Amino acid sequence: MFERAVAGERRALGRLLTLVERGGPAGDELAEIAHPRAGHCHVVGLTGAPGAGKSTITGRLAAAASAARADDTPGVGVVAIDPSSPITGGAILGDRIRMDEVIDREGTFVRSMATRGSSGGLALAVPGAIRVLDAVAYDPVIIETVGVGQVEVDIAGTADTTVVVVTPGWGDAVQANKAGLLEVADIFVVNKAERPGASDARRDLELMLDLGAHPVEGVPHWRAPILMTTATDGTGIDELWNEVGKHRTWLQETGELENRRQSRDRFEMLGRVDELLGAVGRARAESDHGVRLLGEVKERSMSPAAAASELLNDLLQ
Amino acid sequence: MSTEPSRAAWEEAFAQTPERDVDFETMSGVPVEPIYGEGPYPGQYPYTRGVYPSMYRSRLWTMRMFAGFGTAEDTNGRFKELLRHGGTGLSTAFDMPTLMGRDSDSEWAEGEVGHCGVAIDTLPDMEDLFADIDLAGVSTSMTINGPAPIIMAMYIATAEKSGVERSKLAGTIQSDIFKEYQAQKEYIYPPRPSVRLITDLMRFTSAEMPKWHPISVSGYHIREAGSTAAQELAFTLANGFAYVEAAVAAGLDVDDFAPRLSFFFNSHIDFFEEIGKFRAARRIWARWMKERYGAKNPKSMLCRFHTQTAGVSLTAQQPENNIARVAIQALAGVIGGSQSLHTDAYDEAMALPTEKSARIALRTQQIVAHETGAANVIDPLGGSPYVEWMTDEMERRAEEVFAHLDELGDGSILEGVYEGIENGYFVGEIADAAYRFERNVNAGRRIIVGVTDFTDGDEGQKNLLRIGPEVEEYQLKRLASVKQARDNAKVDAALAQVSADAADPTINMMPSLIEAVKVHATEEEVVMAMEKVFGTYVEQAIV
Amino acid sequence: MTDAAAATDGEPLRVILAKLGLDGHDRGLKVVARMLRDAGVEVIYLGLRQTAATIINAAEQEDADAIGLSMHNAGHLTLAPRMVNAVKEAGLDIPVIVGGIIPDEDITELLDKGVAAVLGPGASTDEVIAAIRDSVPS
Repeated sequence: MFERAVAGERRALGRLLTLVERGGPAGDELAEIAHPRAGHCHVVGLTGAPGAGKSTITGRLAAAASAARADDTPGVGVVAIDPSSPITGGAILGDRIRMDEVIDREGTFVRSMATRGSSGGLALAVPGAIRVLDAVAYDPVIIETVGVGQVEVDIAGTADTTVVVVTPGWGDAVQANKAGLLEVADIFVVNKAERPGASDARRDLELMLDLGAHPVEGVPHWRAPILMTTATDGTGIDELWNEVGKHRTWLQETGELENRRQSRDRFEMLGRVDELLGAVGRARAESDHGVRLLGEVKERSMSPAAAASELLNDLLQ
Repeated sequence: MSTEPSRAAWEEAFAQTPERDVDFETMSGVPVEPIYGEGPYPGQYPYTRGVYPSMYRSRLWTMRMFAGFGTAEDTNGRFKELLRHGGTGLSTAFDMPTLMGRDSDSEWAEGEVGHCGVAIDTLPDMEDLFADIDLAGVSTSMTINGPAPIIMAMYIATAEKSGVERSKLAGTIQSDIFKEYQAQKEYIYPPRPSVRLITDLMRFTSAEMPKWHPISVSGYHIREAGSTAAQELAFTLANGFAYVEAAVAAGLDVDDFAPRLSFFFNSHIDFFEEIGKFRAARRIWARWMKERYGAKNPKSMLCRFHTQTAGVSLTAQQPENNIARVAIQALAGVIGGSQSLHTDAYDEAMALPTEKSARIALRTQQIVAHETGAANVIDPLGGSPYVEWMTDEMERRAEEVFAHLDELGDGSILEGVYEGIENGYFVGEIADAAYRFERNVNAGRRIIVGVTDFTDGDEGQKNLLRIGPEVEEYQLKRLASVKQARDNAKVDAALAQVSADAADPTINMMPSLIEAVKVHATEEEVVMAMEKVFGTYVEQAIV
Repeated sequence: MTDAAAATDGEPLRVILAKLGLDGHDRGLKVVARMLRDAGVEVIYLGLRQTAATIINAAEQEDADAIGLSMHNAGHLTLAPRMVNAVKEAGLDIPVIVGGIIPDEDITELLDKGVAAVLGPGASTDEVIAAIRDSVPS
């Protein structure tokens, strides 16, 4: 199936991404095949508050990237993430609607993904999806997430280039700051720039960047540019695409790209460690030993933390 | 008319209009007064009890039945039939491609041409529609929104070709674009350019067509999309305020413009809630026009409305039950003080009404008018503790929505409505209400007779009216021959002018639209000439 | 996640919901979208004015388990079979389910032409979920 996806069969690629999302042995096997062939694509993370126009910007950015692609490449990959209902596990994934209007359908592969409750699951599924899209030569891959919730911010923030979208209006920039988006942003976009208050939003961002900027000697510094866009009619999108390119070059020239990718690999590996250790721990908790320890916790002769340490004693040496 | 809210002032005003020539008494022969209870009386600010002093005592509501399908020629035949029988109002329904600005030969039009209304592609279709009808002597209502200015241009061109000046034309075009984004979803361009087009239409009709009503602010479709009664009331009136603000911003005087506005509401099955809604609508509109928008002319404060029974309440199961539903809804519309009323045919849930079902629908109104006695007394439920409370409650809930929109728009309802469209407020609220209703039905908390309970005896539907492919074939030939015969150089030039005018917001679009349709540019060609400048609109996924 | 919504292999169902053609009545589509979400389904919501091509495009990329179409106009006898054929021509094995106002006499015709299930107005959540589950190839 992987070879069919490489040959350009979208159905096969769609199926592979399902395997990635489901995880488990099939997902691991796929990662084994895909990982050696990946490592080429530029990953762009795009995040911001609900209603900021992220889907339209993502679609427009994908269209610009697709127009610039080489003839023998399949184009741009997009992974659009929406939250699952924490109660029912279901989700309504609606990002395609506004994207579809503006993308070049031939040169773009869009996959909607639900957070599926566990944050750990998403943290594994997204790098897995990037790896597969990368391995079948999609470049760039754009990850769109809602910029609320730590995991979503982390996912966008671990991209090669992170774009944070805000809109004019009192406090949007302040909210972005609070959400921790300011630190992860490589590029800011003030969307709906035709509206009153756009220049205020820009000024607020400049101010916060000035306050937060502490360039360290010897460490390459990139000051996030602030771009003004009107995604609905495409104003400012070419500039955004240019800026992504500049940031890509800067990453390569300064070696920062390697740093980021290493931290992303580390993030994924540690996520997997959490998952594996958790699985071992849960299995042991069901064992006779685990049940006995839980009994001691109940009797208050042992704390939960001490019981957990003893349960994993051999692994913690 | 005295503005003193006294009984004496009302009696004086009431006496100025002759009463209908009927016996105002119960069927047992007990005479009844035109009004009971306290003032302010009908025709007195804030008009809670009715917009006119005498209401149905002097004239019944207009029984306006909206229907249409097939070709322009078919509809023309029915118009003439109606006029022969003494009718003066022509109500025009358009098919889905026309409503969406698509020609009959568009790939999107396949299977839809002439289905739920008449297909209009070019000026010759409009000329067929009104052939041999004196447009100076009729009032025409046209139910279209997104492409309304183009259809209006065709109507003007048709009249002028037949020798009738535009200033003589009387009628209404719906042109209510806000509710399209909120509920009906028949939009073409983004909200702001759409409102510019409608503002152009308002300015044009104000200046040149004194007998024309350029907007019918419609809550009907908001309710059909699933809103509550209070949301229907609130969103519709907010849209009305937004049009007033847009007109004032375009340089019109509120008292020149507001008297031309009319409204269109839904009458659903919860009898007392509906009546409270209609009464609250009049009171709110009057107060806002006077206090917020500074209207001086009492006519600016009158919320006059057309009512249609709730299509969404009709069930496909045991369809004859719908006759009872429609009768109750019609009665609510009448007690609520509607100026005109459409009653749905009982089989409309499934297909176009048959001749028989359409007749029963009209008969239902006639029974309400002539047998029930509901038209003998004005606002007969006014003063009822329940109905007065319901009126207040509807008003209170609507005011909450206005306050929210006012805040969203930073002191402007117009900006608040734009923002509410863009951020999904309206569609989200409507979807919430629709889902709540369905869940209650699903959970057995709300009974729908013949559907959730009392289901035995369903014989299903029979004798459905279907439109054959002939209409589409005819229309395609018609369009091809018009395109064949026209001067394409003139069409291109006229379309280029439309695009150029669209790019300059200080220019009124109407003159170039009229020129374009006169040289037989098609509806879709004109739509596309503006789309180049205005762009399109795609709703975000607010589910 | 409720059992009802789990695909045969224990993963959530992924269902595309859309309307074909110009008709803008999306009340039913939105209600069904929420119904399915609340039953644990991942709904890929395409909304209004889709074509067979845009739906196929999404179905491939999203690896959808089913396609749900809502129809409230006269076009169902033309548009629904066309969607079924487009799915076949694309080599996909995805059921097409139609909901909305469909006269009884047309239901048989739609089923004959390859529509997997037809749901009338007032179908309950359980009926909708059952129709999808029964249609999805295991």
